[in-house]
Amino acid sequence: MFDNIDLSMVNWSRGQFALTAMYHWIFVPLTLGLSFILAFMESWYVKTGDERWKRITKFWMTLFGVNFAIGVATGIILEFEFGTNWSNYSWFVGDIFGAPLAIEGIMAFFIESTFIAVMFFGWNKVSKKFHLVSTWLVAIGANLSALWILVANAWMQNPVGTQFNPEKARNEMSNFWDVILSPVASTKFIHTITSGFVLASIFVIGVSAWFLLKKRELFMARRSILVASIFGLLSSLVLILTGDTSARQISKIQPMKFAAIEGLYTGKEQAGLVVVGILSPERGDTAGIGNNDFVFRIEIPKILSYMASGSFDAFVPGINDMLYGNSERGIIPAQEKIERGRVARETLAAFKKAKDTEDTAAYNLLKNKFYDTEFKEDYFRYFGYGFLNDINGLVPNVPLTFYSFHIMVGLGFYFVLFFILFLVLLFRNKIENRRFMLRLAVFTIPLAYIATMTGWVVAEVGRQPWTIQDLLPVMAATSHIDATSVQVTFWLFAALFTALFIAEVQIMFKQIRLGPKEGRK
Amino acid sequence: MSYTVLQHYWWAIISILGSVLAFLMFVQGGQTLIYTLGKTEDERTIIVNSLGRKWEFTFTTLVTFGGAFFASFPLFYSTSFGGAYWVWLAILFCFIIQAISYEFRSKPNNVFGHKTYEVFLFINGALGTFLIGTAIGTFFNGSQFSVNFANISNTGNPVISRWEVHSRGLEAALNIHNLSLGITVFFLARILGLLYFMNNIENEPVLVRARKQLLSNFIPFLAVFLFFVAWLLLKHGYGYHPETKVVSLVKYKYLHNFIEMPLVGLLFLAGTLLVLYGIIKSLLASYTKGIWFSGIGTVLVVFSLFAVAGYNHTAYYPSDFDLQSSLTIENSSSSRYTLTIMSYVSLLVPFVIAYIFYAWKSINDKKINLDEIKEESHVY
Ligand code: HDD
Ligand code: HEM
Ligand code: HEM
Repeated sequence: MFDNIDLSMVNWSRGQFALTAMYHWIFVPLTLGLSFILAFMESWYVKTGDERWKRITKFWMTLFGVNFAIGVATGIILEFEFGTNWSNYSWFVGDIFGAPLAIEGIMAFFIESTFIAVMFFGWNKVSKKFHLVSTWLVAIGANLSALWILVANAWMQNPVGTQFNPEKARNEMSNFWDVILSPVASTKFIHTITSGFVLASIFVIGVSAWFLLKKRELFMARRSILVASIFGLLSSLVLILTGDTSARQISKIQPMKFAAIEGLYTGKEQAGLVVVGILSPERGDTAGIGNNDFVFRIEIPKILSYMASGSFDAFVPGINDMLYGNSERGIIPAQEKIERGRVARETLAAFKKAKDTEDTAAYNLLKNKFYDTEFKEDYFRYFGYGFLNDINGLVPNVPLTFYSFHIMVGLGFYFVLFFILFLVLLFRNKIENRRFMLRLAVFTIPLAYIATMTGWVVAEVGRQPWTIQDLLPVMAATSHIDATSVQVTFWLFAALFTALFIAEVQIMFKQIRLGPKEGRK
Repeated sequence: MSYTVLQHYWWAIISILGSVLAFLMFVQGGQTLIYTLGKTEDERTIIVNSLGRKWEFTFTTLVTFGGAFFASFPLFYSTSFGGAYWVWLAILFCFIIQAISYEFRSKPNNVFGHKTYEVFLFINGALGTFLIGTAIGTFFNGSQFSVNFANISNTGNPVISRWEVHSRGLEAALNIHNLSLGITVFFLARILGLLYFMNNIENEPVLVRARKQLLSNFIPFLAVFLFFVAWLLLKHGYGYHPETKVVSLVKYKYLHNFIEMPLVGLLFLAGTLLVLYGIIKSLLASYTKGIWFSGIGTVLVVFSLFAVAGYNHTAYYPSDFDLQSSLTIENSSSSRYTLTIMSYVSLLVPFVIAYIFYAWKSINDKKINLDEIKEESHVY
């Protein structure tokens, strides 16, 4: 009915997915981290029998409940949007992608929702032990939900364990373990959940600091800061470690994203890491050999080369190397990849034709190509390039990726210092007099949200134009709908989620102001 | 297991999830009755809390139903969701507003006031059930779409599944048979909600009203349900040839499916009788356990409907635009490998059911009344 893919529809769909994903991600990291903090606190209560700890646990649990509900509301949309807005994608990779999503439902969401009920309603009905186990299971369930969806996301960045089936025009899973045990998936999982732990720790410290500023609930505030800053410190160290591993993996599997992260247009040896920089508007001009990429920068020499491949002298390809090729370094020009992608696509078309005309010889010959290692390596792996017309479409939004990455990393180091400072102050027993520090803690809460959000921007914007790296560009992943429909739903989502978000924040603030005593109703 | 067995196995799982979901929609039905049954603030609080402890189940079952459908029959996901865009998004909106309503309703400073959240719950209950029923109706009545795998090598428009009318699924509501299923599901959910309250709530005025409501919902339910079933048995269906896979219209296809799969026919009859028994027994005496009969009956009936839609060489998601594009459990499923992996995962299901049952028993052995809510620390 419609003849061509409508690019504005694709962009509205992207916008809608980004909007709903980012709303989901406002609530998810707090669930991931706070659920463990609750479990620690309640364990302490059960161990010591000190009723004050029960009260502390219950206070944070109320906040957890408010946040959880809206996390669930935003999650269901994402799941169904794969079908509604990315229907071609749902078929092209559904055989692989669907499985983790289903496992998530069966394994994780039911654990979470069942034991949440015990956690909320079981205080007077089940034994202390069983209640504690339930609280732990909520934390484990929540983090298992993260595991499966992140396995799916990691697979999109690094499609492994798959074989294309020309008959069905889709990718099929050939090895489940390759998919779930891929190093990209495990790094992503650990990095992401620890980012949630860090965020929740900062949230707990910030809210507790507010109580200290108001000179209320001193016991609760101090104890909560203790738990959260230890948890936060350990998590933030793991977070930095896995962030570093992530970057290294990207340099191998998504070199374009890596170059964008660093704003590196022209590849070089002994590349330095830009710590702080402002990109120049005329950047990327090849003649300038990279000198005018930045208006301003502070750089640590050679570190980028080291990050990418473990050697200070290694060559790091820039955006232009990937676009125009670099024969010296064995990098194929993008135009060549587009040609190869077209060959793969035309082979598929010829295969279909042979099938329709019942030309058995051609049919078998062409079919076998898709299972032939050489064809896969030389042509099929560039299948997605065949959809592109212009090599410039291969460059993601560099400023957005670059600044997001640098904000995230900068904040990552700041958070480590932050947790250390709070631990020190706590042990020196003078935390409630440090009003500046307490205020700083309150203002650090939004920074934690910014850090996790920018992390996703790096991951998702940096991989553009790919939905599935090298196999399926965004514009081919879409559904067959019209731009107006998506526009309407975009604004409906924006309005509804914003309204709910405002309500959520107001309720949160009120519950915090009420404090643990009256904190329920 | 052979590929065919796996495909049948996964259609059974989808059918079970769908039928359990239909039963659990008593939460939705109950949500449409908050003001009908609760005349005072306290009564409404009891009702909302009684539902509030179950809503996550229904919701999670819906989510898992979606995920399992995606994993096992991805072509349905891509064809129906991407095509009938407006219907599915309308359903989703109904569920977003449900998820926050319980938690936010009674909290101070909730911006919109508790009435708004009760309206949200009502919309979810009324529209959600009706739309899901209507959408499932298209399993028997067909939609207007085409599927062509060759599109993937067409750069101009590589989309495989295309909806061929502009109404994007809303046209399903123009078909009386679809509508009758939508209305049936709506009334059934309300009846189950009433039976659930009878079993879960300890409050005389609410129970008296519930019993009265039961009759006034039972009569329309019975009428529409019988209409739906009669039409289903008399209508043509979408069958395909076992060898050539060619889809064609077959007279009395669903009637034949019931007869050719006698077990399914029996399940359907037994289920219907159980639903009726649960309702009538609760109407006649002050009986409170009707939910178990009607609930199990609902599961059996819905399961058998899914079975006649997909088994016995029937196209479960037919296309009237192009019969050969119709989805069958054979042409729309995941690969054999993926279905096998997923089958291992499905072995977890009994375990999941066991812990859900255990956890619920441990906190739910008493009926809800005002005293219990007064001393509870987590109240909706
Ligand atoms: C509190 C939040 C937070 C903080 C402080 C950091 N990260 Fe991060 N980062 C995330 C939260 C996050 C995230 C939201 O969890 C992301 C998004 C996608 C993902 O896998 O994790 C992410 C993604 C992400 C990616 C992209 C992964 C991909 O594209 O697959 C890289 C390279 C890094 N991070 C590296 C780092 C480094 C070197 C950090 C050093 C301090 C760091 N991150 C701190
Ligand atoms: C696009 C991808 C995603 C989809 C399709 C998705 C889907 C969902 C769905 C359907 C729910 C509701 C589950 C219920 O009924 O209880 C949910 C909740 C949740 N999701 Fe997501 N999700 C996505 C991204 C993520 C990510 C990246 C994470 C974590 C790293 C995550 C973690 C969670 C958690 C912890 C919950 C529990 C509710 C809460 O937010 O507090 N999700 N998600
Ligand atoms: C929850 C945190 C997430 C955030 C904040 C996020 C953010 C975004 C953004 C900003 C885009 C639009 C990119 C652009 O078009 O420039 C996008 C696209 C997309 N993301 Fe994510 N994402 C998240 C998680 C996920 C996960 C877990 C998955 C898959 C499992 C996923 C799959 C996709 C898909 C399919 C698209 C659309 C196609 C595309 O643009 O490539 N996202 N996301």
